[in-house]
Amino acid sequence: MNYNWNWGILLSPEPGGTGTYLYYLIVGLGWTLATALAAWVIALAIGALAGTLRTTPYAWAVRLGNAYVEIFRNVPLIVQMFLWFFVVPELLPKGIGDWIKQMPPPWGSYVPAVLCLGIYTSVRIAEQVRSGINSLPRGQRMAGTALGLTLAQTYRHVILPQAFRIILPPLTSESMNIIKNSSVALTIGLLELTGRARAMQEFSFKVFEAFAAATVLYLLTNLAVVFAMRALERKVRVPGLIGAAAGVGGH
Amino acid sequence: MFAGYDFDVIQRSAGYLFRDGMTFTVTLTFLAMLGGIFFGTLLAMMRLSSFRPLAVLAGGYVNLMRSLPLVLVIFWFFFLVPYIGAWLIGAKEPVKVGSFLSCLITFTMFEAAYYCEIMRAGIQSVARGQVWAGYALGLDYWQTMGRIVLPQAFRNMLPVLLTQTIILFQDTSLVYVISATDFLGAASKVANRDYRLVEMYTFVAVVYFVISYGLSSLVKTLQERIAVIR
Repeated sequence: MNYNWNWGILLSPEPGGTGTYLYYLIVGLGWTLATALAAWVIALAIGALAGTLRTTPYAWAVRLGNAYVEIFRNVPLIVQMFLWFFVVPELLPKGIGDWIKQMPPPWGSYVPAVLCLGIYTSVRIAEQVRSGINSLPRGQRMAGTALGLTLAQTYRHVILPQAFRIILPPLTSESMNIIKNSSVALTIGLLELTGRARAMQEFSFKVFEAFAAATVLYLLTNLAVVFAMRALERKVRVPGLIGAAAGVGGH
Repeated sequence: MFAGYDFDVIQRSAGYLFRDGMTFTVTLTFLAMLGGIFFGTLLAMMRLSSFRPLAVLAGGYVNLMRSLPLVLVIFWFFFLVPYIGAWLIGAKEPVKVGSFLSCLITFTMFEAAYYCEIMRAGIQSVARGQVWAGYALGLDYWQTMGRIVLPQAFRNMLPVLLTQTIILFQDTSLVYVISATDFLGAASKVANRDYRLVEMYTFVAVVYFVISYGLSSLVKTLQERIAVIR
């Protein structure tokens, strides 16, 4: 291939003057993780709630949960990013909208990116939570009722603790997805890892070094997540179960 | 909320949006699905091969693709394909590749990794006796795979393959990052020209929702029908 490799570029200073290109990319990885982590908190909270609602005996709650899932599952992530970034501030009352639009640089795209990614992922978590709850034997719920627990208590003490431990393996792949999906935030101007690799390519014309470095950083991150989640899985495994199988497909 | 809405901009640009943009999106989705399923099936057969190096190679490729963000992969291929093209035809300079071809190669190669995992599960869901029966009848590997195992694997996995295709349909909107004119790209060009971001992006979201929701309802119906037959 007629390409002049120059790995030394990673150690030369970037034009912004913050340090070397490698440092510039690692800060990008920091933003990727900061976005993914904050979004993960939102996703878990809303996803657990929406997923639980869809298994309750109340028809209205099931319908509400289903509608929420269908809406956010059937619109591409990048379109949702644009909605949060360009459209939502316009639809809010003028004062709040202007305040959002005037947020200083990283935050102006960080906040919409986190909200968008959090809600986008919450839908997938809601699906996992629902299937986790439905995979429990019906007797568990009946036993809760027989013991005189209210519906809320049954969920709190009997159903959810088991369901969450069952769905840990699929949640591992979701936590890797959220890290990967945070790269879409570059389209609304957040300089996370992919965005910085792209910027580095534009500044230095070293296309493949920039993307190779980003690729290696993503692979290392994935490895770290897999190991951390394996450790967590071992720690909270339900004794006596073989372990839930991970799903296929999806991103 | 809809007081300042300019519905006219959608009407004015509908022809452009659907003729140029949606055609790009749908053609890309369809061809990448065919290519992705073809290469994905080959990859799955490689992964299940008893010849170790082949299995390791396919496994490595699939895991690599699955741990990278699609946006990064789009960038990779966008810059890499001209060099590979030059290498293939022995040219000195990187060849010029149109954005559609570049996107098609990207999505075929990327989605092949995801289709591979689906097909692998599909092949593994076929009873082992089927393979033995094939060999006992004197069929070779390709005949057993092509006539006995794969048809059953496809049928078992049809709903999952189609669901993955709906995801692919949504993912094609990411070609925005290399400024290709897909449905979203076309809408964003109009939005920025006329400064009608709110109208255009809401419209895009509604169109994607209607198509994806419609298709996933169809897949659900199909799944139920298949479930009855089996």
